[in-house]
Amino acid sequence: MHFQLVQNFPFFTILLCLISAVICSVLSGKAARFVNTALLITVTVMNALVFMYVNMTGESYVYMMGHFPAPWGNEIRVGVLEAFMATFFAIIMLLSMFGGHHKLLEEVDEEKHRLYYILVNLLLSSLLALVYTNDLFTAYVFVEINTISAAGLIMIRQIGRTIEAAVRYMIMSLLGSGLLLMGICMLYDLTGHLLMSNIKEQVAILATDPNSQVPLMITITIMSVGLCIKCALFPFHAWLPDAYGYSTVSSAAMLSSLVSKGYIFLLIKIIYRVIGFDVYERSHIMNILFIFALCGMIFGSVSAIRESDIRRMIAFSSVAQIGYIFMGIGMGTKAGMVAAIFHILTHAATKSLLFIAAIGLTDVSGYSRKFYDITGAGYRNKVAGVGFLVGSLSMVGVPLFSGFISKYLFATGAIKLTGKMMPALICLAVSTILNAIYFMKTVIRIYTPDNSLHYQSVKTKDEMLYAFTMVGFIAINLLLGINSHPVVLFIEQGLEMFS
Amino acid sequence: MGNNLLTNYGQLVAMTLFVIGFANLLLNKNLIKKIIGLNIMDSAVYLFLAEMGYISGRKVPILTDGIEKATYYINPIPSGLVLTGIVVSVSVSALMLALTVRLYQRYHTLNLDEISMILKKEGA
Repeated sequence: MHFQLVQNFPFFTILLCLISAVICSVLSGKAARFVNTALLITVTVMNALVFMYVNMTGESYVYMMGHFPAPWGNEIRVGVLEAFMATFFAIIMLLSMFGGHHKLLEEVDEEKHRLYYILVNLLLSSLLALVYTNDLFTAYVFVEINTISAAGLIMIRQIGRTIEAAVRYMIMSLLGSGLLLMGICMLYDLTGHLLMSNIKEQVAILATDPNSQVPLMITITIMSVGLCIKCALFPFHAWLPDAYGYSTVSSAAMLSSLVSKGYIFLLIKIIYRVIGFDVYERSHIMNILFIFALCGMIFGSVSAIRESDIRRMIAFSSVAQIGYIFMGIGMGTKAGMVAAIFHILTHAATKSLLFIAAIGLTDVSGYSRKFYDITGAGYRNKVAGVGFLVGSLSMVGVPLFSGFISKYLFATGAIKLTGKMMPALICLAVSTILNAIYFMKTVIRIYTPDNSLHYQSVKTKDEMLYAFTMVGFIAINLLLGINSHPVVLFIEQGLEMFS
Repeated sequence: MGNNLLTNYGQLVAMTLFVIGFANLLLNKNLIKKIIGLNIMDSAVYLFLAEMGYISGRKVPILTDGIEKATYYINPIPSGLVLTGIVVSVSVSALMLALTVRLYQRYHTLNLDEISMILKKEGA
């Protein structure tokens, strides 16, 4: 088979991230930032080329790592969805780094900047590997790299809260990855393979064997629960508000929009490419995910309403949004899965926008994050105000913005269900109303002129960069909202390539 | 179901250890004991892998005496996985210990709940 140069790019990008992480360790903070930005742009361009190539040929391909063929060697697998996700993740990461740069300068010691860029490069490498890998144990190793770099991103701002949040994050994550590792080992024990496609063939045989039902069931449950713990599905979200609420803003944006999404994408890959959708659906674990997702949607929104700290409010909103994604997965239909993947994109684009807009609002309110202090902040920092408005409208699900499309997809997916239709639709409606309450409350608050509050006008650095970030995020939101049809087609095409 | 428990006692031990470690990591208040739980949990997984990977009567997968028959040796992959896993768990334990040291220096306690209480009082 003749191999094109572009087919090497997924592997190159992972390797580039790892190499630049090593290089950054000997550079100064400024040089490390330059390397990081160059890397993010290169990764975006390369993955976009891969996406165009796969889209052109219309079929996925397998990239052999090393010289050993399929059942023994390690593999990367590239399809439309993987390439699209990788490109999207790199863009969101680039914008998050731009938007949070001035806060990074303020909140993090000068000599630690270098370390921050190392962690970001490692995070990107692990995300790309999670997206592309075709080998379960490689996925586990990169899950742990992801966990370690995420913990570093939380605690790079050295205050008590962040260290405590990092410890809590690590504990929950380690529980999750312990379960995932156990699940992978049991699956290896059952099937004798580590490559996803080989496991799937064996699982299809095992699923018909009555003696293997219990072990298979336990394995599926353990792996799913492990990944759910890691992406902070409802009962496992205790670490989330502190971790997102107090870390430096680039970290918060990346954690909420990318880290948890990497795990969700891995779970979707496991459902389709390792266990097989039919076997997974028969295991009924989807129903459990569905129930937890519905609880999360309501609970996350209620907690967000009760919160008086704007950053923690956005963090609790993440709990609700992860609930939405799992509701889509839990529906157990293709339409639900498409909606879930679309919501991954929506949430990634919107939540990072909200975090970065919120920091602009608190900066002009005397650095206070309390709800009453940000009154009128939308006038004091116009760019951030517009950003927050767009983010809120998108999260609530107003037409033109990406959130509307995901809610539309969820609703159309739910209508076709039999047993789960009513709970899904009711929770969707209730959660939308709750979303509207707390987001619109904040939007009204920031656009209420208040002359009694006098804040010194703060001259923040990198204002142009901040405005550019906002425009970028808003553009992505509008693109996803207005031009959703091709994206949905890519997702459907990608899911077909999965099986 | 349950008939093979005695023959597969190695897996049973591994699973029991895994649950002990898991519960310890989840429920114990003391951070050091949590880390011990983490290590028990990870070791249980390695025990499971090593136990499954060994076939009694076969040799270490290093070519000796020119015998190239695959049935003479055990499969090297589970052992390789154990090694990879150990590297991962060492780095995670190191990170957890470093975080624990940081917290202890600030708050002079290893109890995570007490630390949360102090943080709430500070209101920062």
